[in-house]
Amino acid sequence: MTLAEYCRIVILPILAFSVILILVRFFKGPSIADRIVALDLLITTGIGIIGVYTITSGSSTLLDTGMILALIAFLSTVALSYYLERRSKKK
Amino acid sequence: MNIFIGIVITLGTLFVLLAAVGLIRMPDTYLRISVNTKAATLGVGLLLGGVAFYFYDLSTTSRTFVIVLFLFLTAPVGAHLIGRASYFIGNKLWDQSKMDDLRGKYQRNSHVLKSEIDDTPEDNIDHTKM
Repeated sequence: MTLAEYCRIVILPILAFSVILILVRFFKGPSIADRIVALDLLITTGIGIIGVYTITSGSSTLLDTGMILALIAFLSTVALSYYLERRSKKK
Repeated sequence: MNIFIGIVITLGTLFVLLAAVGLIRMPDTYLRISVNTKAATLGVGLLLGGVAFYFYDLSTTSRTFVIVLFLFLTAPVGAHLIGRASYFIGNKLWDQSKMDDLRGKYQRNSHVLKSEIDDTPEDNIDHTKM
């Protein structure tokens, strides 16, 4: 079994299962902070899936997309927590 | 070489799976933040390290290095920001938590952090009394 087949048969289903678990927390989360944390972890897991997919497909073009996703994850976390904190602040 | 890459990628995948299980099982928002920021960065770091060893050329290695460096720089900052906002909007700690170092030190309206508990108890954020 080559490494690409191992990634396609074993690694990608485990990552897809963990994405499903994170989505359960995203829909269930009791407060909005839990949803933001789950969204951040979802995008981070997406970067990992992109990394494994470059091994199975053999071309490293999609890694640029992973870079942009890392930027967007940090930006969304900072913006959402900033507005969440400003909502509870009284003048 | 392929066996080494397989071991590294399997370890990274296990870390991501453990982060997902921890996000389901942890009883508290702050513990979930800790799971997110520790396990996911190490898991994705191992996965992208395996990708860099698999292709073994300069362009792929530089791109994976930039992604991992950016994740390692931004994960503590994002975790701190979301933890602070979550403390202000009133998420309680787990009922079996031993101690809360921030108890009574954040001011509710002005969001100022004081280093000791002052004499305005109605303005201090205290999660044990709510």
